[in-house]
Amino acid sequence: MNHDPFLWGRPSNDTYGAYNHAIAQASVQEATHDQLDQFPKKHTQQPIITGTSVIALKYKDGIIMAADTMGSYGSLMRFNNIERLFRVGKETVVGISGDISDMQQLHRILNELETDEEVYDNDGGHNLRAPHVHEYLTRILYNRRSKMDPLWNAVLVGGFNDDGSPFLKYVDLLGVAYGSSTLATGFGNHLAIPLLRQLIPNDTDYVNVTEEQAKKVVMDCMRVLFYRDARSFDKFSMVTIKDGGKGFDFEKNIKIDNQSWRFARDIKGYGSKQE
Amino acid sequence: MNATVASEYSAEVHSVPIEHRFNPYSDNGGTVLGIAGEDFAVLAGDTRQVVGYSINSRYEPKIFDVGDDIVMTANGFAADGAALIDRFRNQLKWYKFDHGGKKLSIKSAARYIQHLLYGKRFFPYYVSTLIAGLDDEGKGAVYSYDPVGSYEREQCRAGGAAASLIMPFLDNQVNFKNQYEPGTDGKKKKELRYLTLPEVLDLVKDAFSSATERHIQVGDGLEILIVTKEGIRTEYHPLKRD
Amino acid sequence: MFRNNYDNDSVTYSPTGRLFQVEYALEAIKQGSAAVGLVSKTHVVLVALKRNAEELGSYQKKIIKVDDHMGIALAGLAPDARVLSNYLRKQAMSSKMIFNRPLLTSKAVLSIADKAQENTQSYGSRPYGVGLLISGYDETGAHLYEFQPSGSVLEYFGAAIGARSQAARTYLERNLDTITESETVEQLIVHGLNALRDTLSQDVELTFKNTSVSVVGKDTDFTIYDDENVQQWLDKLDSVSNARNREEDDEDNANDDENNTAPAETEQLEDRMETDE
Repeated sequence: MNHDPFLWGRPSNDTYGAYNHAIAQASVQEATHDQLDQFPKKHTQQPIITGTSVIALKYKDGIIMAADTMGSYGSLMRFNNIERLFRVGKETVVGISGDISDMQQLHRILNELETDEEVYDNDGGHNLRAPHVHEYLTRILYNRRSKMDPLWNAVLVGGFNDDGSPFLKYVDLLGVAYGSSTLATGFGNHLAIPLLRQLIPNDTDYVNVTEEQAKKVVMDCMRVLFYRDARSFDKFSMVTIKDGGKGFDFEKNIKIDNQSWRFARDIKGYGSKQE
Repeated sequence: MNATVASEYSAEVHSVPIEHRFNPYSDNGGTVLGIAGEDFAVLAGDTRQVVGYSINSRYEPKIFDVGDDIVMTANGFAADGAALIDRFRNQLKWYKFDHGGKKLSIKSAARYIQHLLYGKRFFPYYVSTLIAGLDDEGKGAVYSYDPVGSYEREQCRAGGAAASLIMPFLDNQVNFKNQYEPGTDGKKKKELRYLTLPEVLDLVKDAFSSATERHIQVGDGLEILIVTKEGIRTEYHPLKRD
Repeated sequence: MFRNNYDNDSVTYSPTGRLFQVEYALEAIKQGSAAVGLVSKTHVVLVALKRNAEELGSYQKKIIKVDDHMGIALAGLAPDARVLSNYLRKQAMSSKMIFNRPLLTSKAVLSIADKAQENTQSYGSRPYGVGLLISGYDETGAHLYEFQPSGSVLEYFGAAIGARSQAARTYLERNLDTITESETVEQLIVHGLNALRDTLSQDVELTFKNTSVSVVGKDTDFTIYDDENVQQWLDKLDSVSNARNREEDDEDNANDDENNTAPAETEQLEDRMETDE
């Protein structure tokens, strides 16, 4: 492997021939670092390393959010230990899917925000809460999309409102934002939401859901995602925030349980093995 | 070694690269409707937000009380809609600071929104905008816009996904289009009159339950904001969730 | 007026470690009419005395709204206050816009303090010639701050700035306990007006024309009472003229108007005493 990061991820010259720069519409044939400014400036056109679904739901005491730790490079399982849930302030969790480098950029921005809060907030009782974090992220993402230079992510923000009720909202690379008692990004939107909405049919029904029920449905969702989302992984992290932020539980390295493809051999009627 | 082996890359060597551009817009569905009465005006919208075939949320309100007894909605691309309304709210606040707390008339609000929209003529807010309130004489007023700021005052207007389903119904039921006096053999048009608030609310509910039946992006809930001289009040009615 | 060599700019210290330009800016506050602020557990009240330059002219604006939860009263150069209040309004608005929450009073005050401090440290700039009382109610409660052109800000239970404000401070100090325990907004306003009354000069009374009142607090958006609207509060006072002046009037009567020039002298004396503080 060529260890120059500029050449990471490029098909090797030995096998495929030299890279054709006309593909990127760049005039320079072989570029070195100091020639980079001769390339046209390009905004993100597609994500590179990606994280898949983040899922979350409200329950009677708070919210639960989960995301696996896979960082894919296209269809390559490139990194398998990437944390995609972040704690912001005392009682807020932010889960990020999509481009991992943009996720890390957002993480830095959120850390900065937290530091600012600590430096200037010398008055007790004034907390940076989930609605504020969400509004801030919405502004960042919408402003970037308006510059045609998006941060390629879909983000869930979970925590509590100023009045102590659970808060859960989504925002994505376009700046589109919405709230619901059950949320998921990416594939989760197709595979996990039906399971979550089975438990919480109406937005207000979360008040009847116990922590045990909520955690079970999260495990079920992660299992289904692992079965059918090729970019998912069987190791995930889960954050539980309850009682208006007094309990913040960050569980890592959770394995998807009760998962096996053994049943597949009994499936008949597909492919070449006809009865 | 300069040989190029056959691969998915080989095609790119000889052909023009496919342009894959970031699309800064999405269609978040939903539909809205405004009707002006003699001394009231209503703005109504469903509460479903979608993208593609997915329902994002079953309750994401999009009609807002923006102050000074004006209600506003911007339906289409949700992020642009929210941004437009936020900007209007802010400007209204400055207007109050600059003019000693004076109330902004709906006529002035309407003109100002034109400028907000036209200001982004070459990167438009992808929304159909409606505002409703009472004019200087206390009569109900609805103003409607295209995405780049063309606007007019109307008696009623539907916007968004099911606009084409609801608008003809409104033409018939609010402006009595194609309605004739019985027994005149289609010679005498039915005379225009202001509808009462209960009549209007019934029309709104019928319009939305029908749109819910026929349009996949409409449903879940109906939120109606009603402006009268007493102020603004909100009604919510469930719609079908399928 | 006494001049020295170290007051031409705000970046040069005197040998005794003073910045005269900054101190002169503090003097400018005392040229302005008085403003008084006071806090209970849940509310902050600002009251201010408005002056009109001449009989035919309008009265100056002494209280400015910043946001639904915040407002300021000023003493000194009103144009400078406009610049600062506009800055605060922008800060408040961007807090709403970016974070969807009201601007914290302490943050607001620090942000203008930083602005003011820059002017005390850069050549060719003039420190702001205005003092402000900032009232705000946020999730950390009701707060009153005093802002000075030097860039210093302090939080107060009660504060007064402007001409003869020492008299108001004296009133606030004497009544501190009842003020902070005030149950109603009305009590707080009456205390504020009592304090403001003590800053009046001889022949002036509090009228609905020259008095401004504002309230902000729990479940109360920042509200300014001016002109006709302030009369309701003035009606709650036992008297609208300065207590000391009233006493002096009594003395005058006792002395059978023997010396008519006395009150004017007293006033001058007071003036000198308070600008020398």
